[in-house]
Amino acid sequence: MLTDDKRIRIITGHYGSGKTEFAVNYTMKLSQKGHKIAIADLDIVNVYFRSREKKKELEAAGVMVIASSIEGAGLDVPAVSAAMTMPAREHSFDYIVDLGGNDVGTMVLGRLKPILDPAEVDFFMVVNAYRPDTSTPEGVIEQKEKLEYSSGLKVTGFINNTNLIRETNAQCLLNGDAILREVTKQTGVPVRYVSYVEELMTEEVPRGLAGELFPMKLYMRQTWM
Amino acid sequence: MAKVLMKGNEAVGKAAIEAGCRFFFGYPITPQSEVPEYLSSELPKVGGVFVQAESEVAAINMVYGAAGAGARVLTSSSSPGIALKQEGIGYISNAGLPAVIINMMRGGPGLGTIQPGQADYNMAVKGGSNGDYHNIVLAPASVQEAVDMVMEAFDLADYYGTPVIVLADGLIGQMMEPVEFNYVCKKELAPKTWALTGKGDGEKHMVENLVIEPDECEAWNKKHFETYAKIEANEQAWEEFLMDDAEYAFVSYGTSSRIVRSAIGYLREAGYKVGMIRPKTLWPFPTKAFEKLDKKIKKYMDVEMSMGQMVQDVAYACNDKNKIEFYGRTGGVVPAVDEIVEFGKKVMGGDK
Repeated sequence: MLTDDKRIRIITGHYGSGKTEFAVNYTMKLSQKGHKIAIADLDIVNVYFRSREKKKELEAAGVMVIASSIEGAGLDVPAVSAAMTMPAREHSFDYIVDLGGNDVGTMVLGRLKPILDPAEVDFFMVVNAYRPDTSTPEGVIEQKEKLEYSSGLKVTGFINNTNLIRETNAQCLLNGDAILREVTKQTGVPVRYVSYVEELMTEEVPRGLAGELFPMKLYMRQTWM
Repeated sequence: MAKVLMKGNEAVGKAAIEAGCRFFFGYPITPQSEVPEYLSSELPKVGGVFVQAESEVAAINMVYGAAGAGARVLTSSSSPGIALKQEGIGYISNAGLPAVIINMMRGGPGLGTIQPGQADYNMAVKGGSNGDYHNIVLAPASVQEAVDMVMEAFDLADYYGTPVIVLADGLIGQMMEPVEFNYVCKKELAPKTWALTGKGDGEKHMVENLVIEPDECEAWNKKHFETYAKIEANEQAWEEFLMDDAEYAFVSYGTSSRIVRSAIGYLREAGYKVGMIRPKTLWPFPTKAFEKLDKKIKKYMDVEMSMGQMVQDVAYACNDKNKIEFYGRTGGVVPAVDEIVEFGKKVMGGDK
């Protein structure tokens, strides 16, 4: 259950792993549980497909959205808002932090880290085994270590988000599962969720996958994408 | 090779490597910066060379040099950066050298915006440099097609001795899609015996660019136009979508054609006999697609992310400018499916 996770969920992962789609879905789901939620879009890497594009939908669900201190979808400035520290300090908030990709994206955490209590933090690493750099257990471990080194945090769980977007089938999730099971064996870090977009799954979700099933809606893509 | 999920900008970089390109000269600009970023790490792994030049102008002239030395060479940029490269493109074209140039278009003019656009059609298709010349211009509508077209671009460039522009936009560059890489050269390519490969003991080679006598320069131009005639005859490419029974046809390329495709779904559901001609080559423009339709089509509905830069080519191709209706968004705005459906209904009225 989402409510079993720590109060602060930091979503990280390799570039293009699907962090933002997962983070937005996670936030929308959690908002249905009546929690007071804030999401911070700290993506300083991408210029398209950022969670701030969904500000309206998120705010309609009662979520506080923190993005750049400089407003504008067309801006390419690595500026984050000082408001990002508030939900970390304010214990009444459930806080979801959507980071930019790779170790570069986690650099922003430097601002947050001194005030984080590790006991309050889940550091989730989203993995899509169809991304070339995370297509093997060794690749995933290498990326995990880079993310941990640059963030100073330890990954507490993996999100198996293995997909080929509109060509996703059951085998995708099984392939990701096999790779992440090996990673868990070597690192001890469990798979927390298996995420997939319900409307794109043409086949039944296989049983016995590591991690809790996490069906998603497609928020970040238009129908023609 | 199994499918992987890649961002358009990474995928075109990999496509170039798969097609044997080992040289990239460029300069970062949103929304194509992942192309140089990707190649800066991947080219050295295959013995290639990546140079971040001091400017776009420098980069395109490095491309000119590498092309003259017989290399498969790539540069990429986005709209204002491509504008800067125009002088060099004209020189490469005049020298009859092969080079591949990727443009991930954004909103314009000038610095414009960082959101996707298609307003560089004229710059690419009508010639952004001086003089009488053409570039081959390929227009992908998906990441997979961008991959395939980059590979094909190297073959076309080598075969015809001309720059080839892959004209995509920021959305194709930034979007993730499943792709596979299966490079097969479909052209019979002669060895580059003319290349400047170093003095040594070999014969003297020269890449000519300056033809200063007007008569000779005219003859030089005409020789290029013999090549262009061959390209126009052999390389037109387009997709026909639901055109068999169509009485109305959208004409759209690249990202906007994807939105049109979705809109056609709704219009077909509502009973309209409508399809799409999607140019895959913008130069040569696929006039053959229109010739065979003759009088069958009542209206052509041109949809672009520009103020209508392709309209004249469609008018020329269908030979009836009164048949053309245009809808476009520009400056980095991507039209919504609903807008295109409404445009279609307005043009077709109740004619189902």
